[in-house]
Amino acid sequence: MKTSAIDKKTLYAYLEEIKDPEVPVLSIIDLGIVRDIRMNDDDELEITITSTYTGCPAMDMITASIRTELATLGFKKIKVIQVHSPAWTTDWMSAGGKRKLQEYGIAPPDKRFSTPKDGVECPLCHSSNTRLVSEFGSTACKAWYQCNDCKEPFDYFKCH
Amino acid sequence: METTYSNNKFSKVPPQDGFRVAYILHLADNSLILGQRNAEWCGHGPVLEQDIAITNISLDLIGQARSFYQYAAQLINQHSPSPGGGRGEASEDSLAYLRTEREFKNCLLAEQPNGDWAQTMLRQFLYSTYQYYLYRFLQTNSDTTIAGIAEKSLKEVSYHLRWSSEWVIRLGDGTEESHKRMLRAVDELWSYTGELFIPAPYEKELSIDTAFLKDDWAKKVNTVFDEAALTVPSNVFMQEGGKTGTHTEHLGYILSDLQYLQRAYPGCDW
Ligand SMILES: [Zn+2]
Repeated sequence: MKTSAIDKKTLYAYLEEIKDPEVPVLSIIDLGIVRDIRMNDDDELEITITSTYTGCPAMDMITASIRTELATLGFKKIKVIQVHSPAWTTDWMSAGGKRKLQEYGIAPPDKRFSTPKDGVECPLCHSSNTRLVSEFGSTACKAWYQCNDCKEPFDYFKCH
Repeated sequence: METTYSNNKFSKVPPQDGFRVAYILHLADNSLILGQRNAEWCGHGPVLEQDIAITNISLDLIGQARSFYQYAAQLINQHSPSPGGGRGEASEDSLAYLRTEREFKNCLLAEQPNGDWAQTMLRQFLYSTYQYYLYRFLQTNSDTTIAGIAEKSLKEVSYHLRWSSEWVIRLGDGTEESHKRMLRAVDELWSYTGELFIPAPYEKELSIDTAFLKDDWAKKVNTVFDEAALTVPSNVFMQEGGKTGTHTEHLGYILSDLQYLQRAYPGCDW
């Protein structure tokens, strides 16, 4: 496939198919980790991504998925670059992504502060009568909460 | 360039870049060794939530180490390319798994044993405080790769610092037993804090004068110690040497565990 014939919008749509292995309802576009897509000379497709957390074990898998996805689509030369700066922030997560998180049972990042002691909305019963259990949850990007009303424990995607 | 900052593997790196490589390795080694130490708690934490917390911190630290090792490897390979890979070419893995104890440049504090939970919490607090101010300083460094990694990691370190401060306060100002254990931890670790603020030759060469971080560090430690009913020790003999490869006996044991597989089965992958 000749990459110059493909516009960025189509490429973003392809990348929408690649999910975060740890939160499979979110695509890498929802997460906001795809920072740039460009065509270099000699039809090389260059994708720039950034990690959510430096130690995120999903990054190698995401890089491999991008290569596989694009190779399947017929791209011959694919370069995936990981950058550190500017540092990823939950502000880059799409509104659709936040809604999908909520439906999946993970409270989306709350702008007020990184990990509020209470008041994070329970993704199950939507009560705000909740409390922080631990700032460190099942993965680096999540904290652990419990709902005082429905009593269910739940993950909260840290505002970062 | 002195032999401790280089070795025959990297002998083609010119001096100025040699100091840069040494410094990047120092940053990487600090994070790797403390991350490895914290990981020893995996499955042994006092309660599930805290077991998860300390190993999450471990993961952040090892992530930082990977970024720094990758950058160091890139600089080394620019000067001594060794096509075909293998032992000759530096990589994040070869730098972590195939260097000897004397080549590691982490500060002594990072390699100290976990002891009890109090000792691990105090070590994390003293180190995170240092790392917080260091990364805040490095995020404006003229080396944009170092600055980028620092900027990114600073967000994570802020969590480590808040979490470990809370533990130092909870235990220091807790029960008679927890207070006693915190006092013991202070006694055990304090002599390894001096080294943080004594610039190694490669830091001097790069004009990274860590001495000026001391005031901010001391202020934060004082505030938390006050709240934790602990006293900052005075007139303590300070140990040093880690930054230039002279370690306490503990590092050898850490490396024998960390490097065993790659030493026994070179290139093993899964
Ligand atoms: Zn609920």
